[in-house]
Amino acid sequence: MALSTIKTASIANDAITTDKIVNDGNLGNKNLIINGAMNVAQRGTSFTSTADSYTLDRFALGHGSPVNACTTEQSTDAPANFKYSMKVTAGTGASAGTTGYASLRQAIEGQNIAYVNFGTSSAKNITLSFWVKCSLTGNFGTNIRNQAGNRAYASIYTINSANTWEYKTVTIPADTGGTWPTNNGIGFHIQWDLGAGSNYDIAAGSWTNGTNMFGVEGTVKLTETTNATWQMTGVQLEVGNTATPFEHRSFADELLRCYRYFEKGGIVFANQTVISGMYAVTKRTTPTMVRTGNIYSASEAGTFGASDEYTYHAYTGSTYLGGRWTADAEL
Amino acid sequence: MNITSAQYFNDLDGNQFCIIATIDGTEMSVPLDPDNRHYAEIMRQVDAGTLTIEEAE
Repeated sequence: MALSTIKTASIANDAITTDKIVNDGNLGNKNLIINGAMNVAQRGTSFTSTADSYTLDRFALGHGSPVNACTTEQSTDAPANFKYSMKVTAGTGASAGTTGYASLRQAIEGQNIAYVNFGTSSAKNITLSFWVKCSLTGNFGTNIRNQAGNRAYASIYTINSANTWEYKTVTIPADTGGTWPTNNGIGFHIQWDLGAGSNYDIAAGSWTNGTNMFGVEGTVKLTETTNATWQMTGVQLEVGNTATPFEHRSFADELLRCYRYFEKGGIVFANQTVISGMYAVTKRTTPTMVRTGNIYSASEAGTFGASDEYTYHAYTGSTYLGGRWTADAEL
Repeated sequence: MNITSAQYFNDLDGNQFCIIATIDGTEMSVPLDPDNRHYAEIMRQVDAGTLTIEEAE
C-alpha cells in the first residue's frame, strides 16, 4: 500500500500508542551530533589540517605523513534545506601506507551518550545519517570507537554518482561489551575515514577489539587522489534502527551547545593585575585560553580558566589592559 | 600537537596555576587539569621525555 493511500480512518485505534511514539519515535532533541548542519564556525571558515585540528565547530580533521595536508572549508554548496556543508579537499595524492592517516571526527561527550547504554546489557542500536557529495565514487568508510581506541565498529557507505548529493544511513548495532565512559570525557568518536593507513583499518560489520581503529578496510581513501573533494552536512546520530529527518535547531541553540567546548570573548580592565569573568556556558572542563588580540594595546597577559569562570592575569602592570580570548575545552 | 615551549606560570601568591605553552605556533594558557586535552598532551610528552616544563620566573 502506498503511503499516500493510508488515511487516518484506515489506522486501527490501537495501532499507534503513546508508548510506541515516545519509546520509538525520537520526538525531539534526538541528535547526538552538535553542529551537524555545519552552521557554526567560530574558528573561521577555512582550515589546513594538522595532526588533529578543529575546523567548523565540534569537527576535527587530522592527517599524518605520508598523507598530505587537506583543506577544509564551510561551503555554501549544500543539498536542499541546508545552508552549508563542510568541504574537504585532498592535497597532493599519496598512499597512507601503514601509519599515515586522514580522518574527520566528532567526539561526543560521555554524559550525552549515557542513555545509549553501550557496554551494558541494555545497549541500544544507533543510526548515523548524513548527506555526502564526493568527486570520487565507490565504497567509503565510517567508524565509531571508544575513548581508549580499543573497541570499534566500522561501516561502509556507497557513493554512487560523482559530484552529486546523496543521503546515506548506517545503523550501528548495540555494543554490550567494551568500555564507554559516561563522564565529561569522550563517550565515543564518530569518524569518517578519508585516508587511514592499513594499521588503523578494520573490517566493516562487527565490533572489534584492537588499538587505534579508525579506518575501514576495502574503502576508497580520498587523500590518495590529488584535489579530490568530499562534502558532508545534515549529520545526525540517533538511537534506533531508522534514520529520521534531520533535526534543524536554531542557530542560537546550536551555538550554545558549541560554547561548552569552545567560546570566544573579551575583557577590559583598568588599574588591575587580575580580573575575573563568567563564560556564557559552563565548559566541559577547565579550558585552555588563548589571548587572541588587544582591545587596548597593553603589556602581555596570561589567562587562566575554571570550567565556569576565567581569570585574566597581567604579567606586568598597565593603566588599561584588555584583550580578546578563546576558551578551548574540546575533546 | 607540536609543542615548542612550556613554562609554569604562578599566581600572585606564588602558586603554580597554569602552563604557558606554545602549541602549533600559538601561545596558550593551559590549566593543570588532566581532562584538558592540551595538558594531557603536555604531560604525555613530558613522560615520554620529549618535553620539559620550565619553572616559573
